[in-house]
This record gives sequence, structure tokens and C-alpha cells, in this order.
Amino acid sequence: MIQRFRIHYAKTQPLRYVSSLDLQKVWERYLRRADLPLAYSHGFTPQPRLQQAQPLPLGYLGANEIIDVWLEAESDLSAEEVQAHLRATPQPGIEILSVTEISLEAPALVSQIVSADYEVWFLDPLDLDELGHRVAQLLNAPSIQRERRGKAYDLRPLIEFMEIRTDTTANRLGLFMRLATREGATGRPEEVVAALGYDPFAVRIIRTRLHGVNT
Amino acid sequence: MKISVTDPAMIEAWLERNLMRVQKPGRYVGGELNQIVKDWDSIPIKVALAFPDIYEIGVPNLALTILYETINQRPNALAERVYLPWVDMEALMRDAGIPLYGLETKHPLNQFDILGITLPYETLYTNVLNLLDLAGIPLFSTERNEQHPLIIAGGHATFNPEPMSPFIDAFVIGEGEDIIHEILDTYREWKSRSGSRDDLLYALLKIPGVYIPRFYRPHYHTDGTLRLMERLTEAAPPVIHKRILGRLPPPPTRPIVPSIDVVHNRIAIEIMRGCTRGCRFCHAGMVTRPVRERSVDEILTAIQIALKNTGYEEVALLSLSSSDYSQITHLVERVSQEATRQHLVVSLPSLRIETVSVELMERLKGKRQSSSFTLAPEAATDRMRAVINKPIETGQLLETARTIFQHGWSKIKLYFMIGHPTETLEDVKAIAEVSRQVLAEGRRIIGHRASLHLGVSTFVPKPHTPFQWLPCDTPEQIKTKQHTLLDALKGTGIKINWTDPRETLLEAWLSRGDRRLAEVIYNAWRLGAKFDAWHDHFDYEKWMTAFQMANLDPAFYTHRQRSLDEVFPWDHISPGVRKAYLQQEYLNSLQGVLRLDCRRQCYACGILPTYKELRRKYPGQHWKCPEVPVHARV
Repeated sequence: MIQRFRIHYAKTQPLRYVSSLDLQKVWERYLRRADLPLAYSHGFTPQPRLQQAQPLPLGYLGANEIIDVWLEAESDLSAEEVQAHLRATPQPGIEILSVTEISLEAPALVSQIVSADYEVWFLDPLDLDELGHRVAQLLNAPSIQRERRGKAYDLRPLIEFMEIRTDTTANRLGLFMRLATREGATGRPEEVVAALGYDPFAVRIIRTRLHGVNT
Repeated sequence: MKISVTDPAMIEAWLERNLMRVQKPGRYVGGELNQIVKDWDSIPIKVALAFPDIYEIGVPNLALTILYETINQRPNALAERVYLPWVDMEALMRDAGIPLYGLETKHPLNQFDILGITLPYETLYTNVLNLLDLAGIPLFSTERNEQHPLIIAGGHATFNPEPMSPFIDAFVIGEGEDIIHEILDTYREWKSRSGSRDDLLYALLKIPGVYIPRFYRPHYHTDGTLRLMERLTEAAPPVIHKRILGRLPPPPTRPIVPSIDVVHNRIAIEIMRGCTRGCRFCHAGMVTRPVRERSVDEILTAIQIALKNTGYEEVALLSLSSSDYSQITHLVERVSQEATRQHLVVSLPSLRIETVSVELMERLKGKRQSSSFTLAPEAATDRMRAVINKPIETGQLLETARTIFQHGWSKIKLYFMIGHPTETLEDVKAIAEVSRQVLAEGRRIIGHRASLHLGVSTFVPKPHTPFQWLPCDTPEQIKTKQHTLLDALKGTGIKINWTDPRETLLEAWLSRGDRRLAEVIYNAWRLGAKFDAWHDHFDYEKWMTAFQMANLDPAFYTHRQRSLDEVFPWDHISPGVRKAYLQQEYLNSLQGVLRLDCRRQCYACGILPTYKELRRKYPGQHWKCPEVPVHARV
């Protein structure tokens, strides 16, 4: 009996520099250690059935990521059991937030995501007024022409919302932004940072939420 | 290199600002499943275990996996891991003065007590120098003092430690599982009495299996060959016998599970150590004797535990000759049951060329269809096979190939070597002929889906083998042979891989080098040589310049027939196999005399007399040498 579960989780520091392709393997092994029998695709080389939502780029942290897993146990599993198994099994870099069973017919995760929220923290000290000025300028621009992997595109329509955040305890400045993540129209926070004229590598980026999935 | 950052927190902060500027940043952060992080401040002995190449190659290394587990099990010691950064990361680290650090706690390498380096092969040597430099540790043993980590090295290449001897404080010859405890205990005692560096080295000299090169001085004849290895202290043993275990301990079952892709993503279980076949070219076969097996139950238990601890989807059953494991059928039967149940891929390398091997692999396949089947005939004519002592009849090879294709495999990989002693172009052409016949079998059975891939490497004479007296083919000879083979394979559709003759030369210089070669290695590194094992990085011209600067002739090390009475730079390092036995085997090879599996008949290689006490202590079938009765004289 095949069941499909939707898992919300945080991707933390130990897995920060792991690509979504490698993350697939991490999940596979995690589920196996948790004694949760993965369902396999049919065919010449059967593959375990796992589906990540919008892939989280290398170097980002994820506060609320989503993955669907298909399990094939001898008897039905409850979402609580799945959650208990996962939480009892160590996996550096993954913290389970919630598990729900969903219909096998539910649409693919990746097709549902329309936008994502990000927190971007600058690792180096910045001038707050200057940052405010640059943000306002960027948001007022009718278009922001940029190039990524040799392809020209307009970044401006991908920025749905952006504002400045301050972390007084760590004495850090940051940005909160909501960027489009539709097929062929995905905004990347470090592109926004670069467009603001700051070093796009000297930042900590946390994806805090994916929009479009009903849970 | 000048170090400007020494605080782990500052290294972490630098990493966060810079990791997105390099390829594969996941190499540099640690934090993987099964990593062991111990409290830096309260643990007295801190060991860094280094594989001198990048993360992806180093992580799966079994020797370091064993030592990591062994050392971390001690309450008074911790072990962290270190690998070399790739060139992009190295450039950033050098620019910023960031030292190499342990992945677990990010402490700079020079804050560890001991740095243990594994040297499984010779082309890592320049990387060792780079590793020390990136850690801000003086390169030469004589330049280091009590403030610096003790630098120790072990691994197959260190059976000839001489070329690397000025850079290493102490070599550990042979198996590391027991001796590591003796080294750590000795270090602990020394540290508590706050002794000098010399005091430490003298203390280590008392441990059997430890070689400390600075207590030996080579003297040479005018022709450049070694006259004698002078001992500079009575305390230095004239011969260092390798360490072995009387019985293999349980295999490591909680290996690091890397979060990024590495060369081998799998549970590796050694089913036995050593080999009884005696192929005359094979370094591993000579230096890892005697054969000691693990029991089927022990192996299965280890697999079960390791699966639970890792979640891996692949298990590799490792040995030098899997078919010779005495319970192989039983083992495969049991493992295959697990494989089917758990979607496991099981690999069993180094199978003999016989139809039984195909049946074994068929069982292990489980639900998956593996695409290729690998066999290593090494030579294609009966004469050549007798020279190297690997007798396989062509008929048997063809029958095995037939069985492979009949069982659903569509691709066969065959490994051959060129450059065997006394090899002629006819012997080389025979490789093409045999390959053609193998492919023809496939075509007959499954038509044009059948494919054949040849891996043709070049023979390099290794120390402690029956071929240690022999010259290596010149690059011209190698090229002629490679072209002959390519010509003979034209139009057959057979794919072929071969080794660049210049890379073969590097391996050949370093394998049988003496202590003077250290200067060449140092020069090459100064000229920028590193990652010599990487085809795109190896720079032949740098090495030629390095030889010139040292006023040494590379051909002296490679293309010279050594006389039977020559004293070798590695003669004072003993793998337990006698030089007289190796010489007899060399002479046998010239006459085409075969020596079959030594489990049937002991050929007195020397292992048993060297380790007779150990054999007495560990009687039983697991060890494949004859038993030594309590009162017998050997």
C-alpha cells in the first residue's frame, strides 16, 4: 500500500552547502535509517520516490522547506508515526517541523509554488541610511536589467515585496523579500543584493516560506 | 605560507564570507552524519588525519575511516579530518592567510599534537608538502620542534619511505589498528614529562613497526647505488618489520556519510586482508600478506549495523581476490537475501575469471540490472601469463565472457597491462586478438548491443615485489606498444583507455626512489607541482626541471636493470616477505615457472617465520598460513 506524505522541515547549517541533487540522496538515506520503506519507481533502475518543492540553492538555509515522500509499508503508517520515526533518527541539517498525509493524486509540489520569502543578512557592517536609499531606488526603478548565466532578464518584476530588517542582538542589517518562483521566472536574493551594489557572497540567505502550497 | 588567522571562530566567519566563491563548498565544512566532535579543551591528545587529496577522494578511504573510529573511541584522544583544498579554495586561503583546519572543530592544523597522513600511492607526495605548507608547518622534520605537531605517515607507498623521509618524523609500517594505540600512549607519556622533540623520537623508536628516518643515513657507491644504510644510534632497529594483526578486528560500521557526492558512496567491508595468489607484479599482494579472513557472520553483522548507521544503498565487499574468500558462495547467498529485501547494490570486485564468478554476480544483482562486468586478465598470451604468475587460459576467458553475455550483461570491461617483463609486440597484439574474440562472443549472443571496454595500464616495477630488479619500459617503448594496440583494434568498435606514459614515469621514479629523490620532490613542489595524480594537473616539465636542479638522472630510477646483489633503499623495511624469496620468484618468472595458490602449498615467502609467535597466539582457519605448533621450530 503506497502512501504519500508531505514533510515540512528546516534545512540548517550542516546541509547549507549541499545541492538539491545531493539533498535527494541525503533524504533517501535518512528515510532508510528511520526504517521508513520508500516506494520505488518501476523500470530498469528503480528509483526511490521523493519530490522536493522548489530546489533550495546551494548556500541558502531553509526555515520551512517541503518534500513529498512516497512510502510503501506492509501496513498503513500514520503521519504521527512517520514524524516520530524521523525525529528519533539523527540527520544533521534537517529538523522536522510537521508531517501530513496527502492524497496520491495531489498535484506535484513544484508546480504549485508561486513565490518565496527570504531573509538576507549582511555579514559585513553597512550604513543603514545608504541601504535604505539603495532599496528605495531599486524598488522605484521600472526595470532592473541583469544577466545570469549569459542570459539577460529583468529582475524588477520578480521582486514582489522588499523591506529592511535589523537584528539588534547580532547588530546586523538585513532584507526581507518576496520573490517570484514560477517556472522561467525565479528571482534570486543574491541577484537583488548584487543589484543593490553589495557583495552577493557576503550574505546569509534564509528562505523562510514557500507560497502556493495548501497545508 | 604565512598564517594570519588562528582562531576557529574567525576561520568559520571567513568561511561563511567566502565559500560561495568556490566550487563545491560542501567539501570544506564538515558536519556530516557520523562525524565525531569531541571537546577540544578537555581532550589531551589531538590527532588530525589527513588524506592528501580533495575531500571526494579522501572521505571513502578505508584506512582513515578505521583510524578515525579507533582514535575517537579513546577517552583521552580525539581525531579530526583534513583534506586538501582544490586550487580555487587554496588561492583564497593563501591570500587571506587562512590555515588548513580540522573539519570537525575548525582548529588550525598546527594546533594538533599529531598529524597522521595516509600515503596509499606515490603521486600524492607533492600534495603532502603543500598540505604542510598550507598549515604553516615547516616542511622538513629537522626544522620542527616541540611546538609543532608530530608528523607521521603510513600506507602502502610507505613500504619505501625513503623519498619522503626528510618530510616525515615517523613512518608507521604495516597495519595501523594496534600500533596507533602504542603511538598515542607514548606521545601521552612524553607530553606529561614535557620532553624534547628528540626525546619523543627516541621513545617512538622503541615501538616495533615505527621507522624514524633521521636515525639512519644512506651511503652511496660512486655509481649512485646504495652502499649501506648506516644507523646513527644503537636504538634504531636494523630492520623494521611491518606490523600485522593476528586476527582482523570488527570492521568500522559508523563511517562518515558525506552529504555531497564522493568517489565511493557505500559501506565498505573488508572480507579479508592479503592474497595467496602471488601475481609477481602486484605490490599489494606482497605487502599485505598473510591472508586473514573475517567470518561470514562477522561480515553480515557488520553490514546490518552499518546499514542502520548510514542508510547507504550500496555495500562493497572488499579484498584483493574475492573468489579466494573460503566461504564466498555462502557469503554471497546470505548477502544477496539482504540485497533483494533492501534495494541494496552489492559490489564484489576482484573476481577470478571463471563462470562461477558470473553466478556469484548474478545472485548479487538483486532487483537491479548492473550494466557492466569487469575482469582483469592482465596479459593475453600464455607465456606472458606465466611470467607474471597469473595463469588464465584464453579458452576460460572466452567461456566466462560467454556466460556473462548469456546472463544479461551487455558490457564487459577487461583490464590489461602492457610493459610486463620480456613483453614483445606479439604479446601486445594478442591483447587485441583476445579482445576481439571476447566481443565476438557477445555479438553472437546478444548482437550489436554487446560492447567491450579495455583499460590498458602500464606496468611499473614496485619495491618488495619479484620485479623490483627490473627496468621499466621507456616512454618510446610504451608509445610503440600503445600504438600497436590501437592499430590492431581499429575498426573493432572496442573502446580503450590507457595511461599517459609520462604519468607512468612519475610513478616509476617515486616507487623505487632513494632518499636523494626527496630533493626532486621538494623542487617539483617549489616549481608548482601538485595534484600529480590528476591528469590535467600533472606537469612533466616541472619534474624534469626538478631532476636537473637536483643533478639526478631520472633514468637511473626507472630504466636500469638492477643487479641481484644491489642493496635497495627499502631493504631495511620488511613486509615479512624475504628478499631471497622475491629473487627466487624473479628467476622463476624468467623461466616461466608458475607458483599456484600458496594455500595449497607453502612456498616459504618468509611471513610465517617472521610472525610465528603471532600465528601461535592466533591459531585457526581464519589465517591461511599453516598453523605453528606450540613446540615446533620454524
